[in-house]
Parts: sequence; structure tokens; C-alpha cells
Amino acid sequence: MNVIDTRNLTKKYKEVTAVDDLTLQIKEGEIFGLLGPNGAGKTTTLLMLTTLRKPTSGTATINNFDIVRQPDKVRKSIGIVFQDPSSDEVLTGYENLKLHRWLYGMPGDLAERRIKEVLELVDLTKRKNDLVKKYSGGMRRRLEIARGLMHHPKVLFLDEPTLGLDPQARGHIWGYIKKLAQEEKITIVITTHYMDEADNLCGRLAIIDEGKIIVSGSPGELKKKFGGDIVRLKAKNLNIGALKKLNYVNKVEKRDDEVSLTVKDTNEHLQEILMLAGKVESVEVHSPTLDDVFIHYTGRTIREGAPEGGWAQKAMAFKTKR
Amino acid sequence: MNNLKGIYALWYREFKVFIREKSRLGFSVINPLVWLLVVGGGLGSVVSFDGVNYRTFIYPGILIQSVIFSSIFFGVYIVLDKKIDFMKEVLVAPISRTAMFVGKVVGGSTDALIEIVTLLVIGFILESTGILTGVSINFVSGIVSLGFLLSTTVAMVSLGLIIGSQMESTEGFQLVASFLLFPLFFLSGALFPITNLPSWLSPVVFCNPITYSVDGLRGILIGISKFNIGLDFAVIGTFALITILIGTFAFKSMEV
Repeated sequence: MNVIDTRNLTKKYKEVTAVDDLTLQIKEGEIFGLLGPNGAGKTTTLLMLTTLRKPTSGTATINNFDIVRQPDKVRKSIGIVFQDPSSDEVLTGYENLKLHRWLYGMPGDLAERRIKEVLELVDLTKRKNDLVKKYSGGMRRRLEIARGLMHHPKVLFLDEPTLGLDPQARGHIWGYIKKLAQEEKITIVITTHYMDEADNLCGRLAIIDEGKIIVSGSPGELKKKFGGDIVRLKAKNLNIGALKKLNYVNKVEKRDDEVSLTVKDTNEHLQEILMLAGKVESVEVHSPTLDDVFIHYTGRTIREGAPEGGWAQKAMAFKTKR
Repeated sequence: MNNLKGIYALWYREFKVFIREKSRLGFSVINPLVWLLVVGGGLGSVVSFDGVNYRTFIYPGILIQSVIFSSIFFGVYIVLDKKIDFMKEVLVAPISRTAMFVGKVVGGSTDALIEIVTLLVIGFILESTGILTGVSINFVSGIVSLGFLLSTTVAMVSLGLIIGSQMESTEGFQLVASFLLFPLFFLSGALFPITNLPSWLSPVVFCNPITYSVDGLRGILIGISKFNIGLDFAVIGTFALITILIGTFAFKSMEV
């Protein structure tokens, strides 16, 4: 069953089309990734799906409710962890969860039990009575994940869940996301511009650029579509012509005195390639990553135009303001 | 039902934050006292109106001043909530925008209410110790004053929230809020009597809704007023209603 179903979802701002005719199905229980560089339309898509912005045309259903005509029912079906911090840091973690409970009209005894559950899920039980301003960036993120889960949503949206976190904290957050996917059995939609994150977490993903889906599938499928391993060679008097003639070499790209080849069945053919290439100085073979897939489809790296500032930096910057 | 819980949630947040940031109450009380004792005291030695000392004369005006300033600046928290994603967390909850606005107004008004009561108590103490003469603060006048001050608060918190809902930056908010506050305050008769104003000034003063807050409160507390207290209350009540209506609309049209 499709828990999210978008039909020709489009959002235009004055001159830019941020999301262009997006049609996408997400099944119940999936961890689905929306990948793309900054400004690709990920966040706008998310804001439309969560009823915070109205589409210019097209629509979508979540849990069988229409995002334009039944926003209240959609809101009850979803939980969201936003890109920027969204908890009040002058309140304790527990108090933030209590706020959420009232905003979602949860009855008292059920809510208290649920608060306990979600706090345990993200390992914050011991720190629940500390003010959020005493939390680290990773802890605050975990609190917000717990909060997004409180009202038993059908779909949990995570907008750049690890932006600005250090590698250790990122690893932790990934662990929690996997754990809750198993324990809570909900559909999770993640937007990210980290390819390793998508690879690690998502069962299926869609790469979007300039508001359009360029390609979608499981990380494995996408890498397979890439058509072989990547062989990077550095050689003096490189013989590109000979390499291009080989029928198991799919793609040849030259950068200075380095060349990058896409090769089928590398194990069998590497010897021959090295012999033909010229005086080889270095060689590197790796299976394609999602980064390579992304470059293959968009012609540029995802790091170009990375988001400004990080989640954690913003959290720090606003610490002093209230 | 859900909306009522939502209003409670927003109120709870404002209240908790207010009592945790004690400096806010401190400064909001010190400032009017400085006005009362320095401006009131300084001019009081030479100036008196309608037979009362200047310090006594401006006490109601200073109460209104402190209320309108802190009420309107409460709107800045909307801008700060928008800067981080707290605003989205509230906007995406299954409660109506009207409930959201009401919750914020109730929250902001509670902060101001605590400030008002503190200032009234201080006024009472000053009066009992003879520093402030001719002010009658008792149970009845206290309750009626609260009514006036609260209507003014609700109107000004709403005004602040309207500005905040349309602003992207705190700097922009400060600019617009100050732009409105100074005429509202200086042209309200908080610092001077409005009976014999020059002909160019009086229409402006009489168009200012805050004039009626000051006039009514002065009538209650020191027995000097130009208008009937009923009229004063009607004007400020209507002003509050209008700002609430506009505020609800502003919240409905707010995008993130």
C-alpha cells in the first residue's frame, strides 16, 4: 500500500519552479530518501507534504488524506523533524514533549506513557529534566526525533537529520533511525545531501535536481545502473584512444593526466587495461558509490552548493538570543 | 477541545520561559520606577497639574507606558521562533491558527499581568509611605485598573504579534515597533494633561487609542479624567477587538 502518493506536485515561486511535476509513491514501512543538492527542491517538497506550503498545482495524499483538502487529518498522520532546531531551549526536554502532547491533544495517561517510551528509545531518560540549552546538538536532534514520534504518526519526515553534526553523533542518529524503523514500524522519509547517509539508511531513494526526479530505486539498483566499477588511472603518455576501443569500458573521462573509466567485470580486464594505458603511475579501483551515481546523472557533484551553516551552528547562534 | 489544549500549551511555554528569565521581570519593573522617581521627581518639584503633584500625575501614564512597551515587544518572540524552526513545529500541529494566536496573546498578557500587579503593589507601597501622594489604590480601584491595563495589554500584544508575524528579522521588528510606540506613548497624555492642548495637537491625541487608556486609568487612580470612564473603556476595548481580528487574520496568512 502506498502511504504517500504525489501526483504532479508542483510549486512555483515568482520565477523559479522549485518542485516540478513530482510524481512519487512511497510504500508503507519504507525508509525513503530524497537526495539532492541544496536548492534541489527537497525541503519545498517536504513543506508541501507536511501542509506548511500549498502546492501551485497537483496534490498528494498521505495516509489517504489529501494534503490540500484535508490538512488537519494529514497533520495528525505525520511527525516531522525540521532542519533547524525546533525545540524551546529554555524548557527542559520533558517540558518540550509535554508541549507537543497538548498541541496534538493527547490524553494524559497515554501521553505520559508514550513520553517515557520515546525518551527511552532515544536514550534521553536521564537528561529529561535538563534544560535543552544544556544539550549537545546530537541530543537536541534526538529529542526532536522522539517528539516527532510521540503521537504515533504513520509517516515520520526527517529533514537533513544529521546536518552539522560531528561524525560520531551522525553515527548515533543513524542507529536511532534504524532502531525506530524496526520498533515503531512506521514509514520514514529522509531528505539529505549526504550520499553515505542515504546509502546507509534508505531502502529506496530518489535523486532530485532542479525540482525533478532524475532517477529512483534502491541504492543497490542505482549503483548497478551505473554499469561497472570505477578505475582511476594516472599515467604518463596516456593512451586514451586504445582504452576507448575496449568494449567492456563504458565511459572514459579525462582530467589532466588522470583518467576515470567505468569498467564491467574489472577483475578479468584490469590486466589488459594496465597494459594498454601507457606508463601507469597509480591505479585505484572502487565500486560505484551514490556520489558517482549522482555525478553520472547530474553531471556535477552534490557538494557544489552545500547548505549554508549547519544545524548545530544555528543552534549555537540562537542560544543567546532568547 | 484540541484547540483549547493547544492554547494551554502555548501559554504554558510563555509562562515557563517568563519565570525562568527573571531578569525580564526585573527590568520591566525598574524602568518605570526610574521614570516615576527621576522624571516625576525632577519635574515634580516645579510642576503640578490639576492640584496634584507631577509625580502622582504621571503614575497612571507610567503604568500604561510600561505595559505598552513590554506588550508590543513580546511580538519579537514570534520573529525568533521563525528564525529557528520552532514556529514550524507549532504551525504543523493540528490546531487552528486562531488558537495559535489566542495562545500567544494569553501568554504575552500573562507576562504583562505579572508586571502590572507588581507595579500596582509598588504604587501602593509608595503611597503608604508617602512618596506618592493622592493615589488611591484599594481593592476596587485595583480591580478596575487591572481591567483597563489588561485590555490595553491584549491590544498591544496583538499589535506586536501582527508586526512579528510579518517580519523576517528582529532588527526590522524593533524598527517598526519603536516607530509605532513613540507616538502612541508621547501623544497619549501620559506625561501631560490633555485638556488645553494646542489645536493642531489635540486631534492627533484624541485619535490615539492609548489616550483613553491613560485617561481612564488616571480617572480611577487619581480622580482626574477628561472623558467618561465608560467611553474610555469602550474605546480601548474596541481597539483590542480590532487588533485581535487583524492578528487572527495575520496569523492565517503567515507562511514559513
